Amino acid sequence: MTSTTTTPASATKAVALAGVTKVYGRGTNAVLALDGVSLDVAPGEFVCLVGASGCGKSTLLNLVAGLDRPSGGRITLAGDASPGLMFQEPALFPWLTVEANVETPLKLRGLPRAQRRERVAELLRTVHLADFGRKRPHELSGGMRQRVALARTLALDTPVLLMDEPFGALDAMTRDILHDELERIWTERKLTVLFVTHNVREAARLADRIVLLSSRPGRIIYSTRVDVPRPRRLDAPEVAAVAAEVTDRLRTEVGRHGQ
Amino acid sequence: MASDTLAPATRTDAEISGLDALEIAGREKEASRGARLWAGTWPKLAALALALALWQVVVWTGWKDPWALPGPGPVLADLGRYVTSAALWDGLATTARRAVVGFAAAVAVGLLLGLAVARSRVLRAAIGSMITALQTMPSIAWFPLAILLFQLSEQAIFFVVVLGAAPSIANGVIHGVDYVPPLLLRAGRNLGARGVNLYRYVIAPAALPAIVAGLKQGWAFAWRSLMAGELLVVIAARTSIGAQLTYARDFSDAERLMAIMIVILVVGLLVDAAFGAADRAIRRRWGVLDQGGQ
Repeated sequence: MTSTTTTPASATKAVALAGVTKVYGRGTNAVLALDGVSLDVAPGEFVCLVGASGCGKSTLLNLVAGLDRPSGGRITLAGDASPGLMFQEPALFPWLTVEANVETPLKLRGLPRAQRRERVAELLRTVHLADFGRKRPHELSGGMRQRVALARTLALDTPVLLMDEPFGALDAMTRDILHDELERIWTERKLTVLFVTHNVREAARLADRIVLLSSRPGRIIYSTRVDVPRPRRLDAPEVAAVAAEVTDRLRTEVGRHGQ
Repeated sequence: MASDTLAPATRTDAEISGLDALEIAGREKEASRGARLWAGTWPKLAALALALALWQVVVWTGWKDPWALPGPGPVLADLGRYVTSAALWDGLATTARRAVVGFAAAVAVGLLLGLAVARSRVLRAAIGSMITALQTMPSIAWFPLAILLFQLSEQAIFFVVVLGAAPSIANGVIHGVDYVPPLLLRAGRNLGARGVNLYRYVIAPAALPAIVAGLKQGWAFAWRSLMAGELLVVIAARTSIGAQLTYARDFSDAERLMAIMIVILVVGLLVDAAFGAADRAIRRRWGVLDQGGQ
Protein backbone atom coordinates (compact mmCIF):
# COMPACT_ATOMS: atom_id res chain seq x y z
CA MET A 1 0.00 0.00 0.00
CA THR A 2 3.00 2.25 0.33
CA SER A 3 4.31 3.18 -3.04
CA THR A 4 5.66 5.92 -5.22
CA THR A 5 5.01 4.89 -8.78
CA THR A 6 5.43 6.52 -12.14
CA THR A 7 3.01 5.73 -14.92
CA PRO A 8 2.79 7.31 -18.35
CA ALA A 9 -1.00 6.83 -18.32
CA SER A 10 -2.76 9.65 -16.46
CA ALA A 11 -1.86 12.49 -18.79
CA THR A 12 -4.34 14.84 -17.19
CA LYS A 13 -2.46 14.77 -13.92
CA ALA A 14 1.17 15.85 -13.58
CA VAL A 15 1.16 14.96 -9.90
CA ALA A 16 -1.44 12.85 -8.13
CA LEU A 17 -1.56 12.29 -4.38
CA ALA A 18 -4.13 9.78 -3.11
CA GLY A 19 -4.71 9.50 0.64
CA VAL A 20 -1.09 10.26 1.48
CA THR A 21 -0.24 9.76 5.14
CA LYS A 22 3.05 10.33 6.91
CA VAL A 23 3.84 9.27 10.45
CA TYR A 24 7.10 10.15 12.16
CA GLY A 25 8.35 8.07 15.07
CA ARG A 26 6.78 4.99 16.61
CA GLY A 27 4.43 3.97 19.38
CA THR A 28 3.50 6.69 21.86
CA ASN A 29 5.99 9.11 20.28
CA ALA A 30 4.44 8.78 16.83
CA VAL A 31 3.48 12.09 15.23
CA LEU A 32 0.96 12.19 12.42
CA ALA A 33 2.39 14.79 10.03
CA LEU A 34 0.07 14.24 7.08
CA ASP A 35 -3.36 12.67 7.25
CA GLY A 36 -4.95 11.42 4.06
CA VAL A 37 -3.89 14.18 1.69
CA SER A 38 -5.38 13.80 -1.79
CA LEU A 39 -4.43 16.32 -4.43
CA ASP A 40 -4.28 16.27 -8.23
CA VAL A 41 -2.15 18.81 -10.06
CA ALA A 42 -2.81 19.25 -13.78
CA PRO A 43 0.09 19.64 -16.22
CA GLY A 44 1.09 23.30 -16.40
CA GLU A 45 -0.81 24.17 -13.25
CA PHE A 46 0.66 26.41 -10.56
CA VAL A 47 -0.52 25.24 -7.15
CA CYS A 48 0.36 26.99 -3.91
CA LEU A 49 0.21 25.05 -0.66
CA VAL A 50 -0.47 27.40 2.23
CA GLY A 51 -0.60 26.60 5.90
CA ALA A 52 0.55 27.66 9.35
CA SER A 53 3.48 26.03 11.15
CA GLY A 54 3.31 22.29 11.56
CA CYS A 55 1.03 21.63 8.60
CA GLY A 56 3.55 19.29 6.99
CA LYS A 57 4.06 21.41 3.86
CA SER A 58 7.73 20.56 3.62
CA THR A 59 7.05 16.91 4.45
CA LEU A 60 4.65 16.78 1.52
CA LEU A 61 7.24 18.17 -0.91
CA ASN A 62 9.88 15.75 0.33
CA LEU A 63 7.49 12.88 -0.35
CA VAL A 64 6.68 14.09 -3.86
CA ALA A 65 10.40 14.63 -4.54
CA GLY A 66 11.05 11.03 -3.51
CA LEU A 67 13.45 12.03 -0.71
CA ASP A 68 11.19 10.33 1.82
CA ARG A 69 8.56 7.56 1.69
CA PRO A 70 4.92 8.00 2.63
CA SER A 71 3.56 5.87 5.48
CA GLY A 72 0.40 5.28 3.46
CA GLY A 73 -1.31 6.25 0.21
CA ARG A 74 0.03 6.73 -3.28
CA ILE A 75 2.00 9.42 -5.05
CA THR A 76 1.94 9.27 -8.85
CA LEU A 77 3.99 11.37 -11.22
CA ALA A 78 3.25 11.63 -14.93
CA GLY A 79 5.87 10.08 -17.19
CA ASP A 80 9.24 9.25 -15.72
CA ALA A 81 9.64 12.74 -14.39
CA SER A 82 11.55 13.04 -11.17
CA PRO A 83 10.67 16.52 -9.95
CA GLY A 84 13.11 19.34 -9.27
CA LEU A 85 13.22 20.67 -5.72
CA MET A 86 14.08 24.13 -4.46
CA PHE A 87 14.52 25.14 -0.84
CA GLN A 88 14.39 28.33 1.18
CA GLU A 89 18.20 28.24 1.18
CA PRO A 90 19.79 28.21 -2.28
CA ALA A 91 21.77 25.06 -1.25
CA LEU A 92 24.41 25.83 -3.87
CA PHE A 93 27.73 24.01 -3.73
CA PRO A 94 30.10 26.64 -2.32
CA TRP A 95 33.18 24.99 -3.85
CA LEU A 96 31.87 25.39 -7.41
CA THR A 97 31.40 28.44 -9.61
CA VAL A 98 27.92 29.49 -10.67
CA GLU A 99 28.44 27.75 -14.02
CA ALA A 100 29.67 24.54 -12.45
CA ASN A 101 26.71 24.51 -10.06
CA VAL A 102 24.26 24.69 -12.94
CA GLU A 103 26.31 22.13 -14.84
CA THR A 104 26.20 19.52 -12.06
CA PRO A 105 22.84 17.92 -12.93
CA LEU A 106 23.83 17.88 -16.62
CA LYS A 107 27.09 16.11 -15.75
CA LEU A 108 25.20 13.61 -13.62
CA ARG A 109 22.98 12.87 -16.60
CA GLY A 110 26.05 12.21 -18.73
CA LEU A 111 25.60 15.02 -21.26
CA PRO A 112 28.68 15.63 -23.43
CA ARG A 113 30.76 18.71 -22.62
CA ALA A 114 29.76 20.84 -25.62
CA GLN A 115 26.06 20.33 -24.94
CA ARG A 116 26.54 21.05 -21.27
CA ARG A 117 28.21 24.37 -22.03
CA GLU A 118 25.42 25.40 -24.35
CA ARG A 119 22.74 24.46 -21.84
CA VAL A 120 24.48 26.26 -18.96
CA ALA A 121 24.76 29.45 -21.01
CA GLU A 122 21.10 29.23 -21.99
CA LEU A 123 19.96 28.60 -18.40
CA LEU A 124 22.04 31.47 -17.02
CA ARG A 125 20.53 33.78 -19.63
CA THR A 126 17.08 32.60 -18.55
CA VAL A 127 17.70 33.76 -14.97
CA HIS A 128 19.55 36.91 -16.10
CA LEU A 129 22.92 35.83 -14.75
CA ALA A 130 24.82 35.37 -18.02
CA ASP A 131 27.63 37.65 -16.79
CA PHE A 132 28.07 35.92 -13.45
CA GLY A 133 28.96 32.38 -14.51
CA ARG A 134 32.54 32.59 -13.23
CA LYS A 135 31.58 33.93 -9.80
CA ARG A 136 31.30 31.81 -6.72
CA PRO A 137 28.05 31.66 -4.73
CA HIS A 138 29.43 33.71 -1.84
CA GLU A 139 30.11 36.60 -4.21
CA LEU A 140 26.42 36.93 -5.09
CA SER A 141 23.44 38.42 -3.27
CA GLY A 142 20.71 36.23 -1.78
CA GLY A 143 18.34 36.84 -4.67
CA MET A 144 21.03 36.03 -7.24
CA ARG A 145 21.93 32.81 -5.43
CA GLN A 146 18.30 31.77 -5.45
CA ARG A 147 18.19 32.39 -9.22
CA VAL A 148 21.28 30.22 -9.66
CA ALA A 149 19.46 27.53 -7.69
CA LEU A 150 16.48 27.94 -10.02
CA ALA A 151 18.72 27.57 -13.08
CA ARG A 152 20.32 24.48 -11.54
CA THR A 153 16.89 22.95 -10.90
CA LEU A 154 15.74 23.81 -14.44
CA ALA A 155 18.84 21.98 -15.72
CA LEU A 156 17.13 18.78 -14.60
CA ASP A 157 14.73 19.31 -17.53
CA THR A 158 11.88 18.08 -15.43
CA PRO A 159 8.33 19.29 -16.06
CA VAL A 160 7.52 19.39 -12.34
CA LEU A 161 9.02 21.98 -10.02
CA LEU A 162 8.63 21.69 -6.24
CA MET A 163 9.42 24.86 -4.32
CA ASP A 164 9.70 24.98 -0.53
CA GLU A 165 9.31 28.65 0.46
CA PRO A 166 11.99 29.58 -2.07
CA PHE A 167 11.67 33.34 -1.57
CA GLY A 168 11.05 33.25 2.18
CA ALA A 169 14.48 34.62 3.10
CA LEU A 170 14.53 37.48 0.57
CA ASP A 171 13.64 41.14 0.94
CA ALA A 172 10.32 42.36 -0.47
CA MET A 173 11.77 44.10 -3.53
CA THR A 174 13.84 41.09 -4.62
CA ARG A 175 10.92 38.77 -3.94
CA ASP A 176 8.63 40.89 -6.10
CA ILE A 177 11.04 40.70 -9.02
CA LEU A 178 11.54 36.97 -8.58
CA HIS A 179 7.78 36.47 -8.70
CA ASP A 180 7.79 38.07 -12.16
CA GLU A 181 10.74 35.90 -13.15
CA LEU A 182 9.20 32.68 -11.93
CA GLU A 183 5.90 33.47 -13.63
CA ARG A 184 7.69 34.13 -16.93
CA ILE A 185 9.79 30.95 -16.75
CA TRP A 186 6.78 28.87 -15.71
CA THR A 187 4.84 30.16 -18.75
CA GLU A 188 7.75 29.79 -21.20
CA ARG A 189 8.63 26.26 -20.12
CA LYS A 190 5.08 25.07 -19.43
CA LEU A 191 6.10 23.86 -15.99
CA THR A 192 3.93 22.32 -13.33
CA VAL A 193 4.68 24.01 -10.02
CA LEU A 194 3.89 22.92 -6.48
CA PHE A 195 4.86 25.90 -4.37
CA VAL A 196 4.84 25.91 -0.56
CA THR A 197 4.57 29.20 1.29
CA HIS A 198 3.18 30.66 4.49
CA ASN A 199 2.80 34.01 2.74
CA VAL A 200 -0.81 34.19 1.57
CA ARG A 201 -0.19 37.30 -0.57
CA GLU A 202 2.57 35.46 -2.40
CA ALA A 203 0.23 32.54 -3.04
CA ALA A 204 -2.48 34.83 -4.42
CA ARG A 205 0.12 36.56 -6.63
CA LEU A 206 1.42 33.31 -8.15
CA ALA A 207 -1.10 30.49 -7.98
CA ASP A 208 -3.74 29.11 -10.32
CA ARG A 209 -5.06 27.33 -7.25
CA ILE A 210 -4.43 27.80 -3.54
CA VAL A 211 -4.66 24.77 -1.28
CA LEU A 212 -4.89 25.35 2.45
CA LEU A 213 -3.52 22.75 4.85
CA SER A 214 -4.52 22.38 8.48
CA SER A 215 -1.89 21.99 11.19
CA ARG A 216 -1.11 18.85 13.21
CA PRO A 217 -2.03 16.75 11.37
CA GLY A 218 -1.78 18.24 7.89
CA ARG A 219 -5.07 17.86 5.98
CA ILE A 220 -6.46 19.76 3.05
CA ILE A 221 -9.20 21.99 4.47
CA TYR A 222 -9.82 24.46 1.68
CA SER A 223 -9.00 24.91 -1.97
CA THR A 224 -9.73 27.85 -4.25
CA ARG A 225 -8.99 28.86 -7.83
CA VAL A 226 -7.38 32.24 -8.39
CA ASP A 227 -8.99 33.68 -11.49
CA VAL A 228 -7.09 36.95 -11.59
CA PRO A 229 -5.63 37.46 -15.10
CA ARG A 230 -1.86 37.44 -15.55
CA PRO A 231 0.53 39.14 -15.38
CA ARG A 232 -0.49 40.04 -11.85
CA ARG A 233 0.87 42.54 -9.41
CA LEU A 234 1.33 41.87 -5.73
CA ASP A 235 -0.50 45.09 -4.84
CA ALA A 236 -3.46 44.58 -7.21
CA PRO A 237 -6.86 44.77 -5.43
CA GLU A 238 -7.98 41.43 -6.97
CA VAL A 239 -4.91 39.72 -5.53
CA ALA A 240 -5.52 41.38 -2.17
CA ALA A 241 -9.14 40.16 -2.18
CA VAL A 242 -8.09 36.53 -2.75
CA ALA A 243 -5.44 36.85 -0.06
CA ALA A 244 -7.97 38.27 2.42
CA GLU A 245 -10.31 35.34 1.86
CA VAL A 246 -7.56 32.75 2.35
CA THR A 247 -6.16 34.61 5.36
CA ASP A 248 -9.59 34.44 7.01
CA ARG A 249 -9.68 30.67 6.59
CA LEU A 250 -6.11 30.36 7.81
CA ARG A 251 -6.85 32.42 10.94
CA THR A 252 -9.87 30.30 11.74
CA GLU A 253 -7.66 27.22 11.44
CA VAL A 254 -4.91 28.70 13.64
CA GLY A 255 -7.51 29.84 16.20
CA ARG A 256 -8.76 26.27 16.50
CA HIS A 257 -5.42 25.33 18.05
CA GLY A 258 -5.65 28.06 20.71
CA GLN A 259 -8.74 26.62 22.34
CA MET B 1 -4.13 45.14 -14.45
CA ALA B 2 -2.47 44.44 -17.73
CA SER B 3 -2.51 48.15 -18.57
CA ASP B 4 -0.03 49.23 -15.90
CA THR B 5 2.46 46.46 -16.65
CA LEU B 6 3.33 47.37 -20.19
CA ALA B 7 6.28 45.44 -21.59
CA PRO B 8 6.93 43.62 -18.29
CA ALA B 9 9.89 41.76 -19.76
CA THR B 10 12.00 44.85 -20.41
CA ARG B 11 10.96 46.35 -17.12
CA THR B 12 12.17 43.36 -15.08
CA ASP B 13 15.35 43.04 -17.14
CA ALA B 14 16.46 46.53 -16.20
CA GLU B 15 15.29 46.13 -12.61
CA ILE B 16 17.10 42.85 -12.17
CA SER B 17 20.45 44.04 -13.43
CA GLY B 18 20.06 47.24 -11.41
CA LEU B 19 19.32 45.33 -8.23
CA ASP B 20 22.17 42.88 -8.86
CA ALA B 21 24.63 45.72 -9.40
CA LEU B 22 23.51 47.44 -6.18
CA GLU B 23 23.62 44.30 -4.10
CA ILE B 24 27.06 43.11 -5.02
CA ALA B 25 28.67 46.56 -5.17
CA GLY B 26 31.54 47.26 -2.80
CA ARG B 27 32.26 43.64 -2.08
CA GLU B 28 35.65 43.51 -3.70
CA LYS B 29 37.98 45.18 -1.28
CA GLU B 30 41.47 43.80 -1.00
CA ALA B 31 44.70 45.16 0.37
CA SER B 32 47.70 45.03 -1.97
CA ARG B 33 49.70 41.82 -1.98
CA GLY B 34 52.84 43.50 -0.66
CA ALA B 35 51.03 45.13 2.24
CA ARG B 36 49.41 41.84 3.23
CA LEU B 37 52.73 40.01 3.03
CA TRP B 38 54.46 42.59 5.20
CA ALA B 39 51.60 42.59 7.73
CA GLY B 40 52.05 38.84 8.11
CA THR B 41 55.85 38.89 8.11
CA TRP B 42 57.02 41.61 10.43
CA PRO B 43 55.56 40.16 13.65
CA LYS B 44 57.29 36.87 12.85
CA LEU B 45 60.62 38.62 12.23
CA ALA B 46 60.20 40.59 15.44
CA ALA B 47 59.48 37.41 17.41
CA LEU B 48 62.54 35.74 15.88
CA ALA B 49 64.77 38.68 16.81
CA LEU B 50 63.39 38.60 20.34
CA ALA B 51 64.07 34.86 20.66
CA LEU B 52 67.65 35.29 19.46
CA ALA B 53 68.18 38.18 21.89
CA LEU B 54 66.84 36.12 24.81
CA TRP B 55 69.07 33.22 23.84
CA GLN B 56 72.12 35.56 23.75
CA VAL B 57 71.21 37.01 27.15
CA VAL B 58 71.00 33.52 28.67
CA VAL B 59 74.43 32.68 27.22
CA TRP B 60 75.91 35.92 28.62
CA THR B 61 74.67 35.11 32.13
CA GLY B 62 77.07 32.15 32.04
CA TRP B 63 74.34 29.75 33.17
CA LYS B 64 75.97 26.92 31.18
CA ASP B 65 79.43 26.42 29.73
CA PRO B 66 79.74 27.50 26.09
CA TRP B 67 80.49 23.92 24.99
CA ALA B 68 77.03 22.91 26.26
CA LEU B 69 75.10 26.03 25.31
CA PRO B 70 76.76 28.06 22.56
CA GLY B 71 75.42 31.50 21.65
CA PRO B 72 73.45 32.31 18.49
CA GLY B 73 76.56 33.71 16.79
CA PRO B 74 78.63 30.49 16.66
CA VAL B 75 75.53 28.37 15.99
CA LEU B 76 74.46 30.50 13.01
CA ALA B 77 78.01 30.47 11.70
CA ASP B 78 78.03 26.67 11.91
CA LEU B 79 74.58 26.59 10.29
CA GLY B 80 76.10 28.51 7.37
CA ARG B 81 78.86 25.89 7.02
CA TYR B 82 76.29 23.08 7.45
CA VAL B 83 73.96 24.41 4.80
CA THR B 84 76.78 24.48 2.24
CA SER B 85 77.99 20.99 3.13
CA ALA B 86 77.07 17.75 1.40
CA ALA B 87 76.20 16.19 4.79
CA LEU B 88 73.08 18.30 5.14
CA TRP B 89 71.76 17.66 1.65
CA ASP B 90 72.47 13.92 1.75
CA GLY B 91 70.83 13.67 5.15
CA LEU B 92 67.92 15.80 4.05
CA ALA B 93 67.42 13.62 0.97
CA THR B 94 67.22 10.48 3.13
CA THR B 95 64.91 12.12 5.65
CA ALA B 96 62.68 13.70 3.02
CA ARG B 97 62.31 10.39 1.19
CA ARG B 98 61.26 8.71 4.42
CA ALA B 99 58.88 11.55 5.20
CA VAL B 100 57.23 11.37 1.78
CA VAL B 101 56.91 7.57 1.74
CA GLY B 102 55.76 7.37 5.35
CA PHE B 103 53.28 10.21 5.03
CA ALA B 104 51.89 8.85 1.76
CA ALA B 105 51.31 5.47 3.42
CA ALA B 106 49.68 7.24 6.38
CA VAL B 107 47.41 9.20 4.02
CA ALA B 108 46.32 6.02 2.23
CA VAL B 109 45.60 4.20 5.50
CA GLY B 110 43.98 7.25 7.09
CA LEU B 111 41.67 7.99 4.17
CA LEU B 112 40.49 4.40 3.81
CA LEU B 113 40.04 3.97 7.56
CA GLY B 114 38.23 7.30 7.89
CA LEU B 115 35.89 6.57 5.01
CA ALA B 116 35.12 3.09 6.32
CA VAL B 117 34.33 4.37 9.82
CA ALA B 118 32.28 7.30 8.50
CA ARG B 119 30.17 4.96 6.39
CA SER B 120 29.64 2.04 8.71
CA ARG B 121 27.80 2.34 11.99
CA VAL B 122 29.24 -0.93 13.26
CA LEU B 123 32.83 0.08 12.51
CA ARG B 124 32.25 3.41 14.18
CA ALA B 125 30.97 1.78 17.34
CA ALA B 126 33.86 -0.68 17.24
CA ILE B 127 36.88 1.51 16.53
CA GLY B 128 35.67 5.13 16.35
CA SER B 129 36.86 6.05 19.82
CA MET B 130 39.96 3.89 19.46
CA ILE B 131 41.18 6.12 16.62
CA THR B 132 41.12 9.11 18.94
CA ALA B 133 42.82 7.05 21.64
CA LEU B 134 45.59 6.11 19.17
CA GLN B 135 46.07 9.80 18.46
CA THR B 136 46.95 10.46 22.09
CA MET B 137 49.54 7.67 22.17
CA PRO B 138 53.05 9.21 22.09
CA SER B 139 54.72 7.84 18.99
CA ILE B 140 57.99 7.17 20.83
CA ALA B 141 56.12 4.55 22.86
CA TRP B 142 55.63 2.51 19.68
CA PHE B 143 59.35 2.18 18.99
CA PRO B 144 60.25 -0.71 21.28
CA LEU B 145 57.54 -2.78 19.59
CA ALA B 146 58.54 -1.54 16.13
CA ILE B 147 62.16 -2.53 16.75
CA LEU B 148 61.09 -5.96 17.97
CA LEU B 149 58.98 -6.44 14.87
CA PHE B 150 61.24 -4.92 12.22
CA GLN B 151 64.66 -4.64 13.91
CA LEU B 152 66.64 -1.44 13.34
CA SER B 153 65.35 -0.84 9.85
CA GLU B 154 63.42 1.71 7.83
CA GLN B 155 60.31 -0.45 8.17
CA ALA B 156 60.38 0.22 11.90
CA ILE B 157 60.38 3.95 11.19
CA PHE B 158 57.56 3.71 8.63
CA PHE B 159 55.53 1.60 11.05
CA VAL B 160 55.67 4.33 13.68
CA VAL B 161 55.15 7.19 11.22
CA VAL B 162 51.98 5.57 9.87
CA LEU B 163 50.67 4.80 13.36
CA GLY B 164 51.38 8.37 14.38
CA ALA B 165 49.82 10.15 11.41
CA ALA B 166 46.99 7.91 10.16
CA PRO B 167 44.62 8.45 13.13
CA SER B 168 44.66 12.24 12.66
CA ILE B 169 43.96 11.87 8.96
CA ALA B 170 41.18 9.34 9.59
CA ASN B 171 39.64 11.68 12.17
CA GLY B 172 39.72 14.51 9.65
CA VAL B 173 37.83 12.39 7.13
CA ILE B 174 35.26 11.22 9.71
CA HIS B 175 34.71 14.77 10.93
CA GLY B 176 34.41 16.07 7.37
CA VAL B 177 31.87 13.47 6.27
CA ASP B 178 29.83 13.85 9.48
CA TYR B 179 29.47 17.59 9.05
CA VAL B 180 28.39 17.75 5.41
CA PRO B 181 25.31 20.01 5.57
CA PRO B 182 22.18 17.80 5.21
CA LEU B 183 20.67 20.41 2.90
CA LEU B 184 23.51 19.91 0.40
CA LEU B 185 22.93 16.16 0.56
CA ARG B 186 19.24 16.65 -0.20
CA ALA B 187 20.03 19.04 -3.03
CA GLY B 188 22.62 16.63 -4.42
CA ARG B 189 20.21 13.69 -4.33
CA ASN B 190 17.51 15.73 -6.01
CA LEU B 191 19.97 16.69 -8.77
CA GLY B 192 20.56 13.01 -9.44
CA ALA B 193 23.69 12.26 -7.39
CA ARG B 194 23.25 8.85 -5.79
CA GLY B 195 25.66 6.26 -4.46
CA VAL B 196 29.23 6.86 -5.59
CA ASN B 197 28.21 10.07 -7.36
CA LEU B 198 26.91 11.50 -4.10
CA TYR B 199 30.41 10.97 -2.67
CA ARG B 200 32.12 12.33 -5.73
CA TYR B 201 29.99 15.42 -6.29
CA VAL B 202 28.84 16.36 -2.80
CA ILE B 203 30.41 14.57 0.16
CA ALA B 204 34.08 14.61 -0.88
CA PRO B 205 34.24 18.29 -1.84
CA ALA B 206 32.13 19.32 1.15
CA ALA B 207 34.43 17.37 3.48
CA LEU B 208 37.63 18.69 1.88
CA PRO B 209 38.37 21.49 4.39
CA ALA B 210 38.17 19.06 7.32
CA ILE B 211 40.27 16.52 5.42
CA VAL B 212 42.98 19.09 4.75
CA ALA B 213 42.95 20.04 8.45
CA GLY B 214 43.41 16.34 9.24
CA LEU B 215 46.29 16.07 6.77
CA LYS B 216 47.96 19.10 8.33
CA GLN B 217 47.73 17.61 11.80
CA GLY B 218 48.77 14.21 10.44
CA TRP B 219 51.89 15.79 8.93
CA ALA B 220 52.86 17.26 12.30
CA PHE B 221 52.58 13.81 13.89
CA ALA B 222 54.43 12.15 11.01
CA TRP B 223 57.33 14.60 11.25
CA ARG B 224 57.65 14.12 15.01
CA SER B 225 57.50 10.34 14.70
CA LEU B 226 60.08 10.42 11.93
CA MET B 227 62.52 12.48 13.99
CA ALA B 228 62.04 10.23 17.03
CA GLY B 229 62.58 7.23 14.77
CA GLU B 230 65.75 8.59 13.22
CA LEU B 231 67.24 9.30 16.65
CA LEU B 232 66.63 5.73 17.76
CA VAL B 233 67.00 3.76 14.57
CA VAL B 234 70.38 4.83 13.28
CA ILE B 235 71.31 3.03 10.09
CA ALA B 236 75.04 3.49 9.51
CA ALA B 237 74.93 3.67 5.72
CA ARG B 238 72.25 6.36 5.66
CA THR B 239 73.08 9.44 7.69
CA SER B 240 69.66 11.01 7.97
CA ILE B 241 69.10 14.33 9.70
CA GLY B 242 68.05 12.54 12.87
CA ALA B 243 71.14 10.31 12.79
CA GLN B 244 73.35 13.39 12.39
CA LEU B 245 71.66 14.89 15.45
CA THR B 246 72.58 11.78 17.43
CA TYR B 247 76.17 11.93 16.16
CA ALA B 248 76.42 15.61 17.10
CA ARG B 249 75.44 14.74 20.66
CA ASP B 250 77.83 11.78 20.73
CA PHE B 251 80.69 14.07 19.70
CA SER B 252 79.51 16.89 22.01
CA ASP B 253 79.30 19.20 19.00
CA ALA B 254 76.74 21.58 20.48
CA GLU B 255 76.96 24.09 17.64
CA ARG B 256 76.20 21.46 14.99
CA LEU B 257 73.50 19.96 17.22
CA MET B 258 71.66 23.26 17.41
CA ALA B 259 72.21 23.97 13.71
CA ILE B 260 70.52 20.63 12.90
CA MET B 261 67.66 21.46 15.26
CA ILE B 262 67.12 24.71 13.38
CA VAL B 263 67.01 22.77 10.10
CA ILE B 264 64.41 20.37 11.53
CA LEU B 265 62.32 23.27 12.76
CA VAL B 266 62.48 25.05 9.41
CA VAL B 267 61.51 21.94 7.39
CA GLY B 268 58.55 21.31 9.69
CA LEU B 269 57.47 24.94 9.38
CA LEU B 270 57.79 24.99 5.59
CA VAL B 271 55.59 21.93 5.10
CA ASP B 272 53.13 23.24 7.65
CA ALA B 273 53.00 26.54 5.75
CA ALA B 274 52.25 24.63 2.54
CA PHE B 275 49.28 22.94 4.22
CA GLY B 276 48.22 26.29 5.62
CA ALA B 277 48.27 27.80 2.12
CA ALA B 278 46.15 24.93 0.78
CA ASP B 279 43.72 25.41 3.64
CA ARG B 280 43.42 29.14 2.95
CA ALA B 281 42.96 28.58 -0.78
CA ILE B 282 40.04 26.24 -0.08
CA ARG B 283 38.46 28.61 2.39
CA ARG B 284 38.78 31.50 -0.04
CA ARG B 285 37.01 29.45 -2.72
CA TRP B 286 34.25 28.64 -0.29
CA GLY B 287 33.91 32.25 0.71
CA VAL B 288 34.47 31.60 4.42
CA LEU B 289 37.74 33.55 4.57
CA ASP B 290 36.51 37.06 3.84
CA GLN B 291 33.60 37.84 6.11
CA GLY B 292 32.72 40.91 4.00
CA GLY B 293 31.31 38.56 1.38
CA GLN B 294 28.39 37.46 3.51
